Amino acid sequence: MSAPATDLAAAVRSGTQRARDVVEERLADIEARDPELHAFLLVLGDDARVAADAVDAAVAAGDDPGPLSGIPVVLKDNLCVRGTPTTCGSRILDGWRPPYTATVVERVKRAGGIVLGKTNLDEFAMGSSTENSAFGPTRNPHDVSRVPGGSSGGSAAAVAAGFGLLGLGSDTGGSIRQPAALCGVVGVKPTYGMVSRYGLVAFASSLDQIGPFATTVEDAARLLDVIAGPDPFDSTCIPDVPPALEPTLRDGVAGLRIGIIEELTDVDGVQQEVRAAVEAAAAALEAAGATVERVSVPSTVYGLSAYYLIAPAEASSNLARYDGVRYGLRVEAEDVATMNAATRAAGFGPEVKRRIMLGTYALSAGYYDAYYGQAQRIRTLIIRDLARVYESCDALLSPTSPTVAFEVGARTADPLTMYLSDVCTIPSNLAGHAAMSVPWGTGAENLPVGVQVLAPALGEPVMFRVAQALEEAAP
Amino acid sequence: MTDYQPTIGLEVHCELSTATKLFCGCPNEFGAEPNTNVCPVCLGLPGSLPVLNATTVEFALRLAEALSFNVPERSIFARKNYFYPDMPKDYQVSQYEDPILADGVLDVAGTTIRIERAHLEEDTGKSQHIGGGGRIHGADHSLIDYNRAGVPLMEIVSRPDITSAEQARGYATELRSVLLAIGVSDVKMEEGSMRVDANVSVRPVGATGELGTKVEVKNMNSIRSLGRAIDHEIERQIAALEAGERIVQETRHWDEADGTTHGMRSKEGSSDYRYFPEPDLLPVAPTEEQRARVRGSLPELPAARRARLVAEWGLAEHDARVLVDVPGLAVLAEAAVVALSAGTPKGGTPKDVANWCTGEVLAYLNESGLSAEVLPLAPDGLAELVGLVADGTLSRGLAKDVLDEALREPKRPKQIVEERGLAQVSDEGELAAVVDAVIAANAETVESYRSGDDKARKKKRGFLMGEAMKATKGQGNPQLLNRLLDERLSG
Repeated sequence: MSAPATDLAAAVRSGTQRARDVVEERLADIEARDPELHAFLLVLGDDARVAADAVDAAVAAGDDPGPLSGIPVVLKDNLCVRGTPTTCGSRILDGWRPPYTATVVERVKRAGGIVLGKTNLDEFAMGSSTENSAFGPTRNPHDVSRVPGGSSGGSAAAVAAGFGLLGLGSDTGGSIRQPAALCGVVGVKPTYGMVSRYGLVAFASSLDQIGPFATTVEDAARLLDVIAGPDPFDSTCIPDVPPALEPTLRDGVAGLRIGIIEELTDVDGVQQEVRAAVEAAAAALEAAGATVERVSVPSTVYGLSAYYLIAPAEASSNLARYDGVRYGLRVEAEDVATMNAATRAAGFGPEVKRRIMLGTYALSAGYYDAYYGQAQRIRTLIIRDLARVYESCDALLSPTSPTVAFEVGARTADPLTMYLSDVCTIPSNLAGHAAMSVPWGTGAENLPVGVQVLAPALGEPVMFRVAQALEEAAP
Repeated sequence: MTDYQPTIGLEVHCELSTATKLFCGCPNEFGAEPNTNVCPVCLGLPGSLPVLNATTVEFALRLAEALSFNVPERSIFARKNYFYPDMPKDYQVSQYEDPILADGVLDVAGTTIRIERAHLEEDTGKSQHIGGGGRIHGADHSLIDYNRAGVPLMEIVSRPDITSAEQARGYATELRSVLLAIGVSDVKMEEGSMRVDANVSVRPVGATGELGTKVEVKNMNSIRSLGRAIDHEIERQIAALEAGERIVQETRHWDEADGTTHGMRSKEGSSDYRYFPEPDLLPVAPTEEQRARVRGSLPELPAARRARLVAEWGLAEHDARVLVDVPGLAVLAEAAVVALSAGTPKGGTPKDVANWCTGEVLAYLNESGLSAEVLPLAPDGLAELVGLVADGTLSRGLAKDVLDEALREPKRPKQIVEERGLAQVSDEGELAAVVDAVIAANAETVESYRSGDDKARKKKRGFLMGEAMKATKGQGNPQLLNRLLDERLSG
């Protein structure tokens, strides 16, 4: 199977294809088709042309612009780019242009990647459908009546539609993997600390992690290899440089021990076709020489509850700074406290307000231990349960999302149903582990299905080998 | 009337004198143009992350050695959440349940005061309210300077072991000396780089169990006002209890002008800071190597240094304290004493050196606002001056003039003496001729000296001595002139 981004980079590096031509083609495509999808909040056409010309000039001069030479990359609009509006899908950041660039974006540019634009998202990455954007929803390229998933739905849709060959998103509880599954692309949530968060507008700091979208596992490995590694501006980064993933991608799965997580697979709410996809994927791995068994990780069923205390608690603090004093929206009022309140009332959407209130409550004196404290204990329990399972397994499988893409508007009235979209992805965030979604055929309504591959912290090399094997066997 | 005993605990905040802020590379300096020492991190811009300044940990370890603190294996930063415009993130990164230092002690005039904890935290920006009497309520608008946002602070919290305002002053004074000596803060209360809040309660003498209701007193800008504020607060509480009133747990503001404390506008409801561990920072876990390195580099502590200067130089305790507590002064004095034994001319004692330091040198430092480290006067220059007085080259009066210049210009005392021809004249023949000439020219005065009473004699003699000194342009050796004059007058 070809890897479009990796192949394109090779063509640009060898001078057989011009980055400028690629960019013009993509920009024209976006102009024609994005009005229907609304994957982008901002297309950076002029900047992309300048960057593409620089890549072409470097190649002409005999220099190597790097492993992403000429590849159009889309950025979720919670990643800072110096001088470029960064909205987080919210009105509250109205007019704000960051004076600095996120570390991951710097690394993409330094590797020759071309930033094509900023993509839509649920406001402050809070949501599972990209319907919570203050600037309107994004549509699923496979069926525009359906959501692309979320919160990184814009990047997932843009990569699925072929606008960008690669994309960056952020994953706090599944916000890369779930939209990847619903849009039929590859999406990776790296081990916590593998990728610098500097320049990612925080939602829940202990869970947030930036990761790649791609149409193939190899392309995803290429992008993750570029962005991973320590950063002096993020002290939660793992200090060691991780091994490159591309060289071992095709080492196969013979001898690997794979577990299927019962609690996330064999339960009500998981669509029949989705469960069948996980079974088929496991069978394919077995055929490729791996051993497969059912494993139980009982505490994962509490993951959703723990997540909806920890993430809102951190968010309530992270989002306090949007107070109208220094930047973004300000609704004038007669004194500071009234101005703060009026600004936040006008600037945040309902889901963000709901989570700020949840989190504020969970941290309140007298409730801290019963809510935030208890959630942290569940987190510890999940880490312990997974560690036990990883004694006998090298990687785990589960659905990425219990269902295929749902209709726009189907879950907006019921937050709890919406929250259930992330039940399979949340445990990896709570544990700080690696996980990714790989497309596996289609399910109901002929819509894409994703299979989730989970690995322990720093388990990316094995996880990518499994993902590659799945991609090669996928229907 | 019941006798009451006060119980006092002090919370000391000091700004750490690191080159950069707590979580970013911005300069940590006082007095820069507003909003020039700022970056995405200390402005709390979306997407920015804190990175701990390792020097602050080293400073904490120095304090640990100096005050015998326990250094927990790991300490944790926490977010203290509340809305305030001069706090860029609307939370303060501080330490709550797991501070970097626990259970220290400070000896205050022979009494051990226990210290509960010391922790690191970031400072806030500074608001200036325009209109409305300079307060946020009723102001037309406010200006915020974020230069101070993110400056590292150490908060040091004593146990309620302090029993009087005097002891509180002693504690604050000694703590300040220690912080200064170990080089972690410049502890200037006037500039706000050291702030002291007092928790004060009283209860009947002999009472055990529960302490009285405590009141927090803030806004003291000197150690003297700390003492005054505590004394006032003790009296206020006793008067209230005697009048049958209840003490309200509250924060009160010390008013330096009227010498009283005022209750501050109480916040609506009780404050809930919703502390939780700061997820953007790792726990701080100082290693044994770090601690050993700090232990090896710690300077002599003020109490030990004072004791040594008193014992070896024969100084009064007060002079020793001044020498030790003025930044760089003891260093200058000690180096000068070393030079004293090495240099020429010889003579002079360590006490002479100390006297010049606590006298003229300190006066000049106070007047000029300079620190001892930047004076043009080198230690061997000071030793030279002391030697010139000891060997009779300079009188004390002349030496003052020489020192005055040596404090301002990079010149050695000997050079100044030569340039200005200031050397004291001790040639007996030369001085005898001067005295003879004075007596000849003032025969009338000499006559009235000889016939006058004690009072008149003293006056006339003083006049003649003055004339003789004038004739030598002030350079005549005073002891010699006195003897020669006495010989002539009695002759």
